[in-house]
Amino acid sequence: MRRFKVFKSLVRDSLDTITQGSRKYHLWMAALTFMMLVGMYCYSIQLDEGLSVTGMTDRVSWGLYISNFTFLVGVAAAAVMLVMPTYVLKDIDFKQAVLIGEGLAVAALVMCLAFVIADMGGPSVLWHMIPEIGVFNFPNSMLTWDVLVLNGYLFINITIPLYILFRHYQGKEAKSKVYIPGAFISVFWAVAIHLVTAFLYQGLQARPFWNNALLGPRFLASAFAAGPALIILVLAVIRSSTSFKIQDKTIKKIAMVVTVAAQINLIMLISELFKEFYAPTHHSESAYYLFFGLHGKDALLPWIWTAIPLNILATVILTFHKLRNNFKVLYFACFILFIAIWIEKGFGLIVPGFIPGPYGKIAEYIPTGIEIGVTLGIWALGAFVFTILAKTAIGIEIGKLRYKK
Amino acid sequence: MSSDNKKWFSLNIGRKNQETSSSCSCGKQSGGCGGHDHEEIKHIEERKDGFEQVFDVKMNRRSAFKQLAASLAIGAGAVSTSCSMFSDDESKEKAQIDWEEQFKGNYKLMTDEEKKATVDRLVRSYQLRTGKTISMSSKNAEENVLFGYAFNISKCQGYMDCVSACVEENNQDRNSQMQYIRIHEMKDGNGFNFNESDDNYYHEVPAEGHFYMGTQCFHCDNPPCVNVCPVQATWREDDGLVVVDYDWCVGCRYCMAACPYDGRRFNWSKPEVPEEEINKNQHYLGNRLRKKGVMEKCTFCVQRSRAGKNPACVEACPTGARIFGNLLDPNSTIRWVLENKKVFRLREDLGTEPKFWYFMD
Repeated sequence: MRRFKVFKSLVRDSLDTITQGSRKYHLWMAALTFMMLVGMYCYSIQLDEGLSVTGMTDRVSWGLYISNFTFLVGVAAAAVMLVMPTYVLKDIDFKQAVLIGEGLAVAALVMCLAFVIADMGGPSVLWHMIPEIGVFNFPNSMLTWDVLVLNGYLFINITIPLYILFRHYQGKEAKSKVYIPGAFISVFWAVAIHLVTAFLYQGLQARPFWNNALLGPRFLASAFAAGPALIILVLAVIRSSTSFKIQDKTIKKIAMVVTVAAQINLIMLISELFKEFYAPTHHSESAYYLFFGLHGKDALLPWIWTAIPLNILATVILTFHKLRNNFKVLYFACFILFIAIWIEKGFGLIVPGFIPGPYGKIAEYIPTGIEIGVTLGIWALGAFVFTILAKTAIGIEIGKLRYKK
Repeated sequence: MSSDNKKWFSLNIGRKNQETSSSCSCGKQSGGCGGHDHEEIKHIEERKDGFEQVFDVKMNRRSAFKQLAASLAIGAGAVSTSCSMFSDDESKEKAQIDWEEQFKGNYKLMTDEEKKATVDRLVRSYQLRTGKTISMSSKNAEENVLFGYAFNISKCQGYMDCVSACVEENNQDRNSQMQYIRIHEMKDGNGFNFNESDDNYYHEVPAEGHFYMGTQCFHCDNPPCVNVCPVQATWREDDGLVVVDYDWCVGCRYCMAACPYDGRRFNWSKPEVPEEEINKNQHYLGNRLRKKGVMEKCTFCVQRSRAGKNPACVEACPTGARIFGNLLDPNSTIRWVLENKKVFRLREDLGTEPKFWYFMD
């Protein structure tokens, strides 16, 4: 009963915190709300007319939504790169960052689920996918695995920070006996969500572009580069706009993680490119389309040729200690790396899988305004969720929010 | 779903075997032997459908509460329409049908009575909405029937009569010009080079120096689309037809990505067929009217083939390039073709085992 009272007070206090703030904060939240409303309007059009309002067709049947979903699973998985050193390896540096990382994971997962639902043709019969109530094609369909691991990961990433914050809110220390097992599970689970998402594509013999053994490992490498890169950027913003203390060495350590992951990612990219272009076969056509265009169709060229140089540039910058330790340069490198991987693991991965089609047909895909509107709306939703979570967490961590008996 | 003599490897963890006997090892036919509770529930679920499939399962108190709460929330809206004082009997009936249709189970798991019930509801619903009567069948696969198809590449001249017959027979969306069949025009001397073929030609056929080849759903014996479906809305029937329950499909399009043969089509918007062009001889798994956001595909015209007729494409072909029949009948034409012609299939290396063969004279 007492716990319930504390929880009620926590919710009330956090509502107070998130509705109060500087002018900048209010503007930020208003902008996000506006974008969400625009997204909802676009989605209502899509609900009304069907997915024909998107750029997808029978030839390219997954587009912007699934691209973003794939990328965001990686961002969610990246929280593990902070959780592991803090809780498992007992490296105290990350303690402050880890709550932020987990908040980011929650926001990313919310976006993932929103993107999947936005992509569904029949959201009204989504209950068919609920185990026990509907028919759950487990273990045959990788999509059911994905449903399980994503929701499980969401659960873990909500409960662990909630427990820690709940204890801190009452001015008590969180018992490591309670949350360490959860942290251990979440480390394995994070790898699982990304690997399972990769298997979703990797298991399709119909699509040679995806059907290669490197896809899963490369997903992990790129995720552990892009996710922590985003965390660094978020920490930079939090450092400058709140009194939450994040030490330089925390950011430097995360930067190290980003660097190693980006380097491994680049090695795998080279391996992939070598395989596709040294002795090109019929199966290399998708890669040809992506990098050089096929038969005059080249819609993806500007994207991929933005991504590759940015990726290389960011990795080179990060590799040199002198450059990486300069925070301005580091933030720039993280930003371009994030953009590069968003293109590469989203658009650059999903769309070419369908081009050319099974019988060599090349039909290009260009997202429509409505699709972009929904996508921006979902990103705004993620940012909104994250801001709320982070603001409450920071409030508790710096001692501003405390339970008053 | 699984046949015993398959030649490919598939991991069979937890896949339900259809031959499982209904009684458990303790000899009792129904529950009460303890220790088998879970199996029993599964089995009941397999046979029941409609409301029963969803609600009439043995459950403990906690899951009962959970499901009750969920259904109450969903039901409130429907109840308010169906109990409204102001609506007349017909709209009440319509609301009742819509409600039952929205929450019915997966056709694959229905008993014959439940199949008939949903078909009756659909027929009645169509009658209420348009005042016209359609006939809809829920005929199951027959014993000792396995459908197969053969395509004579030397005979096909690219007239595309099959394509238009298919569209008319199967009530496909006219707005998006959905077609199950694609005819590929290929250059002589290049072999089967799909990359340089054209499946969207508008000129007089047969064009000089070209040959033609049709593709559609190949009704694989090991269909990749069936495995990936998260809700088992698509499956292989006992007579080999790979079908879709349009009402169970959630529209994720995973099957579309998994199909190596471009055999599946999606309703990107509400499919429209002019009232006078609707084929009223329908089958639940075949050409009944679809809705937006669901998958569909060639079913070898299940409404015709299970009634002993040839699919519309076979009947419409003016050159006799298309041959359809029962692979298990040693006297069928299709068997004669397989035994006497040099037949081949597309992308056999993928292990999909299509039941669609090509041959030349």
